[in-house]
Amino acid sequence: MEHAVAATPAWAVLAYLVAGVLFILSLRGLSSPESSQAGNRNGMIGMLIAVGTTLALHPTGLPLIIGAIAIGGGIGWVIAQRIQMTAMPELVAGFHSLVGMAAVLVGCAAYLNPAAFGIVDDAGAILAVSRVEMGLGVAIGAITFSGSIIAFLKLSGRMSGSPILLPGRHVLNLGVLAGILILTGVFATDAAAAAGQGPLLWIILALSFLIGVTLIIPIGGADMPVVISMLNSYSGWAAAAMGFTLQNTAMIITGALVGSSGAILSYIMCRAMNRSFISVIAGGFGADAGPAGEKGAAIQKSYKAGSADDAAFIMQNAESVIIVPGYGMAVSQAQHALREMGDLLKKEGVSVKYAIHPVAGRMPGHMNVLLAEANVPYDEVFELEDINSEFGQCDVAFVIGANDVTNPLAKTDKSSPIYGMPILDVEKAKTVLFVKRSMGGVGYAGVDNPVFYADNTMMLLADAKKMVENIVKGLNGGGH
Amino acid sequence: MDFLSILSIFVLAVFVGYYVVWSVTPALHTPLMAVTNAISSVIIVGALIAAAAGAITEGGGLSMWLGLAGVVLASINIFGGFAVTRRMLAMYKKKDKKPAASK
Repeated sequence: MEHAVAATPAWAVLAYLVAGVLFILSLRGLSSPESSQAGNRNGMIGMLIAVGTTLALHPTGLPLIIGAIAIGGGIGWVIAQRIQMTAMPELVAGFHSLVGMAAVLVGCAAYLNPAAFGIVDDAGAILAVSRVEMGLGVAIGAITFSGSIIAFLKLSGRMSGSPILLPGRHVLNLGVLAGILILTGVFATDAAAAAGQGPLLWIILALSFLIGVTLIIPIGGADMPVVISMLNSYSGWAAAAMGFTLQNTAMIITGALVGSSGAILSYIMCRAMNRSFISVIAGGFGADAGPAGEKGAAIQKSYKAGSADDAAFIMQNAESVIIVPGYGMAVSQAQHALREMGDLLKKEGVSVKYAIHPVAGRMPGHMNVLLAEANVPYDEVFELEDINSEFGQCDVAFVIGANDVTNPLAKTDKSSPIYGMPILDVEKAKTVLFVKRSMGGVGYAGVDNPVFYADNTMMLLADAKKMVENIVKGLNGGGH
Repeated sequence: MDFLSILSIFVLAVFVGYYVVWSVTPALHTPLMAVTNAISSVIIVGALIAAAAGAITEGGGLSMWLGLAGVVLASINIFGGFAVTRRMLAMYKKKDKKPAASK
């Protein structure tokens, strides 16, 4: 059974390197929509090379292996074809959990059959450095798995999005984390573990599954963009740790890419909420956005309510409209009706643009995908910093399903929990049309939004999709 | 390869990742997550080794089945991740060009 990894032939080392470079190019392709499809193809070719090389190096047990690829590939393919675009956040969370579990399985398999992975010394004991990598890889994989499962349950609504706060959770989490690190150290020095015996790895595994759950349950629904990016990052580090064990460049390069990708996305999301990563991870911030806010209902301030026909009339007679979508648009699936509204307005000679806040929705880029699905051209969709200066000159800001990201208190009220968060300056538009289910609900942060009561704001209180459909009717009816 | 060479590759790859990911347009952040998810399933390499070795090593049975389970999970991700990325990317379109007849 001489298949030590140390003896990997030169062509295979080069092939894995090529695969790694193709993975870099696959991410590079995403710098613009034009090059993105080619980038995705590079990723597929890279994966084909990595898998092909591995099978050529280890050409045994092929019937079972090909069967396993066919089963998994078939399931993945069907899921990818059937999934709704609005369900993308939970799909990505679900996929992350699979990467985590795969890392766990590989780590355990390496522990049980170390000779196959070429990580034993002459006496047949598992190398200490490999045990560190294995311990960390299994731990990160397990955290990714159980954390992503919780994120998946929260995002798909199978579990409440509200934070679940265990007493003393910080002490518990830090204790478990310290336990995992200490046990990994013991695992690396323990003689029984070197011989592939003893319960240490299984204890590390169990603790890691546990901490994955306790880390994610206190984090509220709207902080999910950070969580999902963070788990993305973890899945990369897990792959990198396994790459160290296998001394495989494709795995190491990919792990590093994915790890930094997730970390950067987490950073971008945190910055867009003006919150520190630590405060998000500590959890407990806000309840999930929902219609239940008693606090908002208690404040009796006067606001102007309007009808769909009023909104249609105002927008028809405007020169420019900027549409600000948020999570509410995704929930009510209003994106198609919204695009129809935009098309009708453009026919009337109105300039229509979309403004996207980085944390709108439940994952990075969530709104962009939904608008793309509804055939909104991507060159009409702008990021916060590119469009924010235009609200001052625009006639109508049409806010649909967004709230906190438009709240000017973030600029003025130092006591507000959202103070310092960059916001879309919708209140500077001549007229603000604010689509909202009811006046009762407050945003995720539980803060009232002064835009609702401003003189230039008209509240359109209804389900987002129904409201937009009625506006479309109004635009069609009042055409001449 | 010794540990230090591998560590060097890893550290350099982190920097490459840092610069490449910052160049990704925010509009494509969701496809970015889907495609990183697909490529991180390169962990299938480890699962394949375990599955292949288990078939010829005595006492490698459990390791083989863990490897095969890993192959199934990673394959779901690879096929699912790339396919859903392709589906998403196909939706990103530019503004309709002016009809050719207007020339």
